[in-house]
Amino acid sequence: MPEQTTLPDRDVPESTARRKALKCMMWGSAGVLWAVSGGVPRPFQLGGTALAATGDFTFMQISDTHIGFKAPINPEPGATLKDALARVNGVKPALLLHTGDVTHLTKPEEFEMAAAIMKDAKMETHYVPGEHDTINDDGKSFFERFGHDKRAQGGWYSFDQGGVHFIGLVNVVNLRPGGLGYLGPDQLAWLAADLKGKTASTPIVVFAHMPLWTVSANWGWGTDDGAQAIESLKRFGSVTVLNGHIHQVIQKVEGNVSLRTAYSTAFPQAAPDTPGAGPGPLKVEADKLKSMLGVRRVDVVGDKPAMMTDTTLAAA
Amino acid sequence: MLAATMALPLLAGTWAGWSSFAATPAPNEVAIDDSAFSPANITVPRGTKVTWINKDYDPHTVVDATDAKLFKSPALDTDESFAFTFNEAGTFKYFCTIHPRMQGTVIVQ
Repeated sequence: MPEQTTLPDRDVPESTARRKALKCMMWGSAGVLWAVSGGVPRPFQLGGTALAATGDFTFMQISDTHIGFKAPINPEPGATLKDALARVNGVKPALLLHTGDVTHLTKPEEFEMAAAIMKDAKMETHYVPGEHDTINDDGKSFFERFGHDKRAQGGWYSFDQGGVHFIGLVNVVNLRPGGLGYLGPDQLAWLAADLKGKTASTPIVVFAHMPLWTVSANWGWGTDDGAQAIESLKRFGSVTVLNGHIHQVIQKVEGNVSLRTAYSTAFPQAAPDTPGAGPGPLKVEADKLKSMLGVRRVDVVGDKPAMMTDTTLAAA
Repeated sequence: MLAATMALPLLAGTWAGWSSFAATPAPNEVAIDDSAFSPANITVPRGTKVTWINKDYDPHTVVDATDAKLFKSPALDTDESFAFTFNEAGTFKYFCTIHPRMQGTVIVQ
């Protein structure tokens, strides 16, 4: 039975990263349950020596920067993005992933401003679009600015770095009335071909804007054909699926496949299907905002489950 | 006596507000509120100009759900509106291309 876990808005204490090993991934003090597969917590190695010896590396994820958003919840998403990038630069990851909704309204001036701010990131950055980046133009203006060099016709792509196979998917174009996110048969066929011949021990990181599993059908938080993509990933020993879209951290684990959504750097959204709420921006007090925005660090540990650490912009 | 005469127009104003605005929008107007078209289904005579107004902080679009794409709004930010005049009779289904679960219908008689 796959588990879905809503992670509380807490930060993982830095001191835990210095422990040599953990018997399980339960942070007792914070009450956060991490990376539990089928109810069995998985042990993993931590510590600089072990990471270096296996050639592992660290990358980071930001999401839903919504440059152009003006509502009173956060009239300056550019400022909170700069805050997020300062935190990313502090970690010095090998690369940065942006899982979409770079802009709020697909406007040229928003793309320009986003690109200018993203220059703060001191490492190479790979992007996938969100539905806010592809309004009425199927992603044309997004791909001109943020499209990957290796992208296929539809904008999806893969690359290898640090022993990890990275796959950027596009599930926000050609959305159908009444539907959720959509990958389409062309992309699914490309994915199957891309994975063919890869050994099962290759760590796989998939990133796409909308969750590849259905978090809430009512709120449009899912991907219609996401299960087909997950199916083609199941033979690999370590699969990490990183999504955005829902502006909060929710995790699901299916066997060796860990799927997790990310914080936004712009504004929060309500927990799925909260009575009386909707999927739009959540109104919060100004002094609470930064505790509901954040960045993610991912440490790849060979063919074991990647370790993900979500830190809010309120953390010291 | 003075208090009574002052209270009367206020009361009348409240009634007018309830009956003409709060309960039902104009018959050719669709609000976009809480990630839904409201009302989701409207019936209008031929030649009616239907207006959609976005009351959400989230942007939305109003797009013909068929391949004909008879009408297709730009992204409507908060308080922005879009209008289309329906000159042909028929049932016109539409949706928000940003949030495709949001759907509505205009029936033109």
